Amino acid sequence: MQAKKRYLILFSTGACLILLFCLGGIQVPLSRRGPGRPHDRRLSGYGPGARCDDLTEHISPRQKRDANSGLYTGKRCRMESCFDFSLCERNGFKVYVYPQQKGEKLSESYQNILSSIEGSRFYTSDPGQACLFVLSLDTLDRDQLSPQYVHNLKAKIQNLPLWNGGKNHIIFNLYSGTWPDYTEDLGFDIGLAMLAKASISTENFRPDFDVSIPLFSKDHPRTGGEKGYLKYNTIPPYRKYMLVFKGKRYLTGIGSDTRNALYHIHNSEDVVLLTTCKHGKDWQKHKDARCDKDNAEYDKYDYREMLYNSTFCLVPRGRRLGSFRFLEALQAACVPVMLSNGWELPFSEIIDWNRAAVIGDERLLLQIPSTVRSIHQDKILSLRQQTQLLWEAYFNSVEKIVLTTLEIIQDRVLLHTSRSNLMWNSLPGGLFTLPQYSTSLRDFPFYYAKLGIKPPSKFTAIIHVVTPLVSQSQPVMKLLVAVAKSQYCAQVIVLWNCEKPLPAKHRWPATSVPVTVIEGESKVISSRFLPYNTIPTDAVFSLDEDTVLSTTEVDFAFTVWQSFPDRIVGYPARSHFWDSNKERWGYTSKWTNDYSMVLTGAAIYHKYYHYLYTTYLPASLKIMVDQMSNCEDILMNFLVSLVTKLPPIKVTQKKQYKETMMGQSSRASRWADPDHFAQRQTCMNKFANWFGTMPLIHSQMRLDPVLFKDQVSILRKKYRDIERL
Amino acid sequence: MYTSGKYSSRGPALIPRMKTKHRIYYITLFSVVLLGLIATGMFQFWPHSIESTADWTLDKRSVHDAPLIRLPVSSPIPERGDLSCRMHTCFDVYRCGYNPKNRIKVYIYPLQRFVDELGVPISSTGLSREYNDLLSAISDSDFYTDDVTRACLFIPSIDVLNQNSLRIRETAQALAMLPRWDKGMNHLLFNMLPGGPPDYNTALDVPRDRALLAGGGFSTWTYRQGYDVSIPVYSPLSADVDLPERQPGPRRYFILSSQTAIHREYRAELERLKEENGEALLLLDKCSNLSQGAASARKRCYKGQVYDYPQILQESSFCVVLRGARLGQAALSDVLQAGCVPVILADSYILPFSEVLDWKRASVVIPEEKLSEMYTILKSIPHRQVEEMQRQARWFWEAYFSSMKAIGLTTLQIINDRIYPYAARTYEQWNNPPVVKWSSVNSPLFLPLIPPRAPGFTAVVLTYDRVESLFRVITEISKVPSLAKLLVVWNNQNKSPPEGEKKFKCPECTAIDGLSLDQTHMVERSECINKFASVFGTMPLKVVEHRADPVLYKDDFPEKLKSFPNIGSL
Repeated sequence: MQAKKRYLILFSTGACLILLFCLGGIQVPLSRRGPGRPHDRRLSGYGPGARCDDLTEHISPRQKRDANSGLYTGKRCRMESCFDFSLCERNGFKVYVYPQQKGEKLSESYQNILSSIEGSRFYTSDPGQACLFVLSLDTLDRDQLSPQYVHNLKAKIQNLPLWNGGKNHIIFNLYSGTWPDYTEDLGFDIGLAMLAKASISTENFRPDFDVSIPLFSKDHPRTGGEKGYLKYNTIPPYRKYMLVFKGKRYLTGIGSDTRNALYHIHNSEDVVLLTTCKHGKDWQKHKDARCDKDNAEYDKYDYREMLYNSTFCLVPRGRRLGSFRFLEALQAACVPVMLSNGWELPFSEIIDWNRAAVIGDERLLLQIPSTVRSIHQDKILSLRQQTQLLWEAYFNSVEKIVLTTLEIIQDRVLLHTSRSNLMWNSLPGGLFTLPQYSTSLRDFPFYYAKLGIKPPSKFTAIIHVVTPLVSQSQPVMKLLVAVAKSQYCAQVIVLWNCEKPLPAKHRWPATSVPVTVIEGESKVISSRFLPYNTIPTDAVFSLDEDTVLSTTEVDFAFTVWQSFPDRIVGYPARSHFWDSNKERWGYTSKWTNDYSMVLTGAAIYHKYYHYLYTTYLPASLKIMVDQMSNCEDILMNFLVSLVTKLPPIKVTQKKQYKETMMGQSSRASRWADPDHFAQRQTCMNKFANWFGTMPLIHSQMRLDPVLFKDQVSILRKKYRDIERL
Repeated sequence: MYTSGKYSSRGPALIPRMKTKHRIYYITLFSVVLLGLIATGMFQFWPHSIESTADWTLDKRSVHDAPLIRLPVSSPIPERGDLSCRMHTCFDVYRCGYNPKNRIKVYIYPLQRFVDELGVPISSTGLSREYNDLLSAISDSDFYTDDVTRACLFIPSIDVLNQNSLRIRETAQALAMLPRWDKGMNHLLFNMLPGGPPDYNTALDVPRDRALLAGGGFSTWTYRQGYDVSIPVYSPLSADVDLPERQPGPRRYFILSSQTAIHREYRAELERLKEENGEALLLLDKCSNLSQGAASARKRCYKGQVYDYPQILQESSFCVVLRGARLGQAALSDVLQAGCVPVILADSYILPFSEVLDWKRASVVIPEEKLSEMYTILKSIPHRQVEEMQRQARWFWEAYFSSMKAIGLTTLQIINDRIYPYAARTYEQWNNPPVVKWSSVNSPLFLPLIPPRAPGFTAVVLTYDRVESLFRVITEISKVPSLAKLLVVWNNQNKSPPEGEKKFKCPECTAIDGLSLDQTHMVERSECINKFASVFGTMPLKVVEHRADPVLYKDDFPEKLKSFPNIGSL
């Protein structure tokens, strides 16, 4: 054959092959490398979409829902199958507590739980209004060997007229089961009731139905609660010990494996893990070769000394999954290292525990030392701070634990007005972030930096007026004009809390910003803190009618507030002190080197605090304030400091408030009244009592304009008015 | 390489020697080849929904090339899958071990073709494009290992994305035949369309022992929290349609319903809502005049008016994602891609990647029973939040829904986070869109603490060689009661620091004292600021107009009663 023809044939065969390949006749084999296949568009799709989704007309969704509630009960209960949402629709999330029956003894802890509910804003005494029911039978300790164990619970519960098979009931429990197997059965039929239970295992935990609560001791305070141990951050963040544990060693039976193996990683230097065999009556019978040595070592160390001086604290399971140690470590700012496989951690539905604890695996005990050593300093610093945040937000009192439980359930009930993960896991915590105010993070004063957004650029002034309008030279007129002139003012609201009827519109001075006059609800003093819809801005400048302020001062105070949007920023400051003679809190308006309150007669704060004041605080305190027409400003300071854990901020003022700010108006009589001052002392103590703690914090700082009283020309100063007399 | 070079060098010499008839012959041949090539290109880049039927045969052949495994009828079937499985009970953590990178190793089985004894394949479609993409992405990732002995997680090459195309029993047998199956321990299956008619189970029906399931339609009753991973139902439109991101803000419609397979009970309820609220709602359905097929998937109709799907999704603030027979809907992906806020009505549905994603910031979940109240509920959401959610929705799609790669790697990262929880990605890393990541401030010292005075402070004095002023500073500062320690940093390499209290004079000192007046010094510092800002990518410094002073600073008040009387006296 000619070379030419040979080429021709070769060529055409090649072309045909390529063609065949293109049209799909021959497939190039897939790469044998297995997974490293190239992106292959010639494979068919996996086929989602309506075509294969709904070939058949599926059964009525309504029927399906009804079927679910019959199908998924007992261990498979979920809110949608075992809870009646309709009970919560009419009156909102209200909780009913059964009346206590005669002869029924309640443990102190259960008593605390019940009174926390009764003192909360969720409580209702009318079962007809209730969405959730709480038994007055003590279910906390279901260990048959315990003296607290309540007998015949089954019969007692079945006899309750409102039991309804347990629907919409919540049962609190700390201990269940007993030696040797410690089951999680409560020993009676809980029906469709939810469990708020300590030491619950993931296996028994019904997600979106039960609530895992922490194990707390009978000494856990009802309100207030111990503060976190951390007072300041140290860098590098290491403490004397790296990892510590001091506790019982179970020689046999459930939960003994991990504790028996702890000695492997104990190095008696920075990893100190101590166990004792000395517990129970017949420990000598089971004792092993290591017991005597371990017991001796155990006695050399002090539990609390170790707790407060260690970076990490080992929290292994005991007989049950949870232990007191968990809360103790949190309080001590000792980062818990969990070794309790299968424990559904407390409030796991809302708390991101990876931010505050190291979740270890019992199977990997031997890796624990290298794991904790590998954790970077930054991370330790952040874990440690988070332990404190969580401790104070959800755990340090029975009330917090109970309220958190209720709020979690409320979030499930009001599905679309519930908190996001960020609200629960960052300051100030979910109990102070009420989603009923708004579900948008931007509407709260706490998240500006986190979201990378600027605080608002405008404020609304609310002037609280109690005296009738008689002359155009009244202080309130001057104040209104001065405030309205501020470049940051969006609106002025005059709150007419005076018995006289509203003055005619033309009597108010003409201003460039809109002035709205509203009548206070029942003319009580608390009405100044109502979250009026007519407030268009997030910032509120709260003013008394007799306040004397210049436009410059208003402008300056507002620019300061923009740097501290979660705090009260204002002018007149007051202080509290502990009067050790009378053993009570004292209130002072004297000129001192520090202050802890800024009066709301001339202060800026976030509108959210109006909402919090109105909804979070109990009616009893608000009624007291209204009846005295006094102390509303103290209460507001208590509330804001409780939320922020920071003092308010005083800014410099032009003249002395005392002399000029309180003029000749009728309100002056209120301040001159000696009773008025005594009332304020009483208020302080009543408030501190309800809060269970003294939230106010002292500050020695005043914020002045940058060149304030500096030896430079006054013309160079932006807020020069403040210096002029 | 060498031979091919030789051939190509001969090529040009060949043509001039050809005769005319040969030349025509070659030209025809060339054009045929060219046509063939163009056809190939067309197949490569044509939207695949059209080619799907043509591809079918191709696909079958490609699987043909994988080794054939015949399943004996009596081959063992795995157990159904244990609902109580958790990482600490059903997962062998020892295989993952401790490693400094805190990263799991993932092995992928080589592709095999399983048939029963009669030679009938276990799956009607074989390997799907999506599963192929998923496996390729994983094999290209840092998780991948080809060393089966080092693997912590095993992924079968058996495609179970769509249960409809599977023969359940045989697929299960095939799984059990995998060499490392070991009761499914540490095996991960990806499934997006679980269940089948009439009752549509919410998890894959293929018995799978202890294998982990990354499933696309879990309900709270089938999802094993902390063990399974809830994944999205991938929408092929993600790859085919480019929807540019729109600025958050109000849209033409308030609520849009675009799904075609909505139960008539729900459609009736939506119609009722539409009657009450009029133009704010747009209710779309499939177009009756278009034939079934690929084109109809991209069109929606309302009363004869035709809309492009998914583009129309960008015209609404909220988009309804209702359950179908299955809980997981591919429409969710389309809605997120469009930056429309999904309104999810699918009771008991476990949202995709709910273990790490904060869906409350990107969606509205409404119980199916409350469908009739949807309009009122959505109206109560503040505008600002709607905008935030629009942005968040789009970000979720981009990061976690947009491709099989994104879905696969997110799933592995979630499992990785469980095995190395102390090195897990944070909430912020998972949930903050890039714009927030850049602008947000997360202080490392976020807890408000007011430290006690007791420990005092350490003074750090940086010095070059201005010894005079150094001693002055030291003298002044040592008077401060709360000073705990004084540290002087001597920053001059050419001179050793002065010893003890001995003072020495330097002639240049006075000259250097005027340093801050030096013009070049200011210029240099301005340059520094610009350089830093460009490296940071932003100007982190903020201007404030206030200064902290003691409470009674410069007040008309006896100085001796003030805590800090000397401030400002210099």
